[in-house]
Amino acid sequence: MTKKTESNTKSRPEAVDVEQWLHVYEQMVKIREFEEKANELYLKAIMPGLTHLYSGQEAVAVGVCEALRREDYITSTHRGHGHCLAKGASVDLMFAELLGKEAGYCRGKGGSMHIADPASGNLGANAIVGGSAGIATGAALSAKKRGSDQVAVCFFGEGALGQGLLYEVMNMASLWKLPVIYVCENNLYNEYTHYSEALAGEVTPRAKAFGIHAETIDGQDVQLVYETTKRLVERARRGEGPAFLECMTYRYYGHHVGDISRTYYRSKEEEQEWRETRDPLKILADKLVAGKLTDQSVLDHIQADVRSEVEKGMQFGIDAPYPDQSEVNEDVYA
Amino acid sequence: MSTPERELTFAEAVREALAEEMRRDPNVFIMGEDVAEAGTPFKVLSGLVEEFGKERVMDTPISEPGFTGIGVGAAVTGMRPVIDIMFGDFLTLTMDQIVNQAAKIHYMSGGKMKAPIVFRTTMGATRRSAAQHSQSLQAWVSHVPGLKVVMPSTPYDAKGLLKTAIRDDNPVVFIEDKMMFKMKGFVPAEEYTIPFGVADIKRRGEDITLVATSSMVQVALGAAEKLSQIGISAEVIDPRTTSPLDKQTFINSAKKTSRAIVIDEGYEAYGVTAELASVIADGAFYYLDAPVKRMGAMDVPIPFSPALEDLTVPTEETVFEMAKSLCGRN
Ligand SMILES: Cc1ncc(C[n+]2csc(CCOP(=O)(O)OP(=O)(O)O)c2C)c(N)n1
Repeated sequence: MTKKTESNTKSRPEAVDVEQWLHVYEQMVKIREFEEKANELYLKAIMPGLTHLYSGQEAVAVGVCEALRREDYITSTHRGHGHCLAKGASVDLMFAELLGKEAGYCRGKGGSMHIADPASGNLGANAIVGGSAGIATGAALSAKKRGSDQVAVCFFGEGALGQGLLYEVMNMASLWKLPVIYVCENNLYNEYTHYSEALAGEVTPRAKAFGIHAETIDGQDVQLVYETTKRLVERARRGEGPAFLECMTYRYYGHHVGDISRTYYRSKEEEQEWRETRDPLKILADKLVAGKLTDQSVLDHIQADVRSEVEKGMQFGIDAPYPDQSEVNEDVYA
Repeated sequence: MSTPERELTFAEAVREALAEEMRRDPNVFIMGEDVAEAGTPFKVLSGLVEEFGKERVMDTPISEPGFTGIGVGAAVTGMRPVIDIMFGDFLTLTMDQIVNQAAKIHYMSGGKMKAPIVFRTTMGATRRSAAQHSQSLQAWVSHVPGLKVVMPSTPYDAKGLLKTAIRDDNPVVFIEDKMMFKMKGFVPAEEYTIPFGVADIKRRGEDITLVATSSMVQVALGAAEKLSQIGISAEVIDPRTTSPLDKQTFINSAKKTSRAIVIDEGYEAYGVTAELASVIADGAFYYLDAPVKRMGAMDVPIPFSPALEDLTVPTEETVFEMAKSLCGRN
């Protein structure tokens, strides 16, 4: 399926081309399936190290990236697979990177937490919490200096609200009216601590204090995320400056794949409730079916196609060779 | 003497040192990310919040420069904070507070102020954690006058040195190797401390001196064992603190063996190994039969791929080979 262009999106979600919502659904399913396999690779001890799964948050990455063009920039986080895929990365090269293989996006040097794909506008996932706030804002400055109408999106978890860098760059972004959108994915937990124990006061007023337009929305409703981002992106392209978007969401799995016993910081009931009543894939599927925009068999078909693509991609990653030892010294300097 | 021999893991030894010092001195408290119920991602602090409560085992937001600075402020006004910096890589975020503030406050105030604070952090590669979670930045802090730097290599040393660190009136950076947390070793039940600036001879030998820090001590001991099988007797010395540095112990050893290799997991370029090697070159010059060799992390960002990562740090095999060739064997 092809990515839709700006022109055929209307303001009311129901009126938007069904094809686009099916594409959005497919993207979310792809992330969900990818993460299931990533978890499996960890459990079977095939994947080196740990990884942070994005399952549950799909609507944020997909809704936001759907409102971007390929040449727009994103920066991502330690929980970044969803952002990378939504911005256009392919599953086979992602798996190859997760497994430390030569064919991977970073030739095996980056791994799960550092996937970068400048060809699709992805300036890199970052393992330093809040570490990409400067890079995203700098990319926006660069777009402005070059006279391009590209925008930059900085994805970060609510944990990054603790980092001073974010406030320094938001101040400058607002002063200089930079085309950057700060997307805060509030999944309620900084590692093993509820965010309310780490965050004083409120979230959006922090951005507003810098004169930055800020909103909080339901991050499980992909249509809402898309519509909102589209509006913020248009503002930024018109030169109206940065925006801050807080998306309320939830991660289904642990902080990382090894975080199995979680009851000391959140209840099984809470996890169950999000999965059952706030699942982003289900919310979109139900809307499309109930609105008679599609029927379940089409969605099942998408699911089956994606599943086989992901399985093939995983096998590609497993079969791919490791980098040659001589590469360890390559690319230290440009 | 405690009998029967009591074994603790490295993590348990660290935890026990903290618990004992917190019981002894109500001014000692811990501050850092996920230190309370979670007990840190490495579970080193598990159980402390249950005994000491959240007032003394304080969870912070993800604000390294902020809580490091708050720690310094508390230290100069009578407290003894132990600041937890989860990964040594995040030291870079805290450098202003540690280097420009804590390290200099005593000197700049003409000796009127002091900052008794411990920055506990980690180091070490081979966990497949990639370039931002695998560095060993001991050289960065060892470079700064006013800071003391501790790099324990056994559970016994970890406990004794951490207790000394907490009682010290200066800022101390205490660096633990992530790969060593599960390592077991003898730790007596009785109270003890280990003074800073006293190297420990981990194995006696005659033919070559291996000076190694933290994670590299076990590597050196493994290499020494292999060397003994081909008739080379290696002496393994652990400085235990890079600042202050017990130069004399390893100069004397190098004088005796006339050959030396220094091994540290930080980068070779401008690294801890450079300092140690120059101390030996200077102090044992007339006794040396070979140039002092340095072994550290390869000068590259630590790669993720296991196929590459394992090449970047010294191993028993590479140390063994280097020692063999330095002793004129092939
Ligand atoms: C500067 C820094 N401090 C600490 C960490 C360790 N760490 C990794 S993820 C994480 C929690 C991040 O929470 P949040 O930003 O909300 O993202 P989420 O994991 O919920 O997606 C922490 C503390 C880090 N990677 N970088």
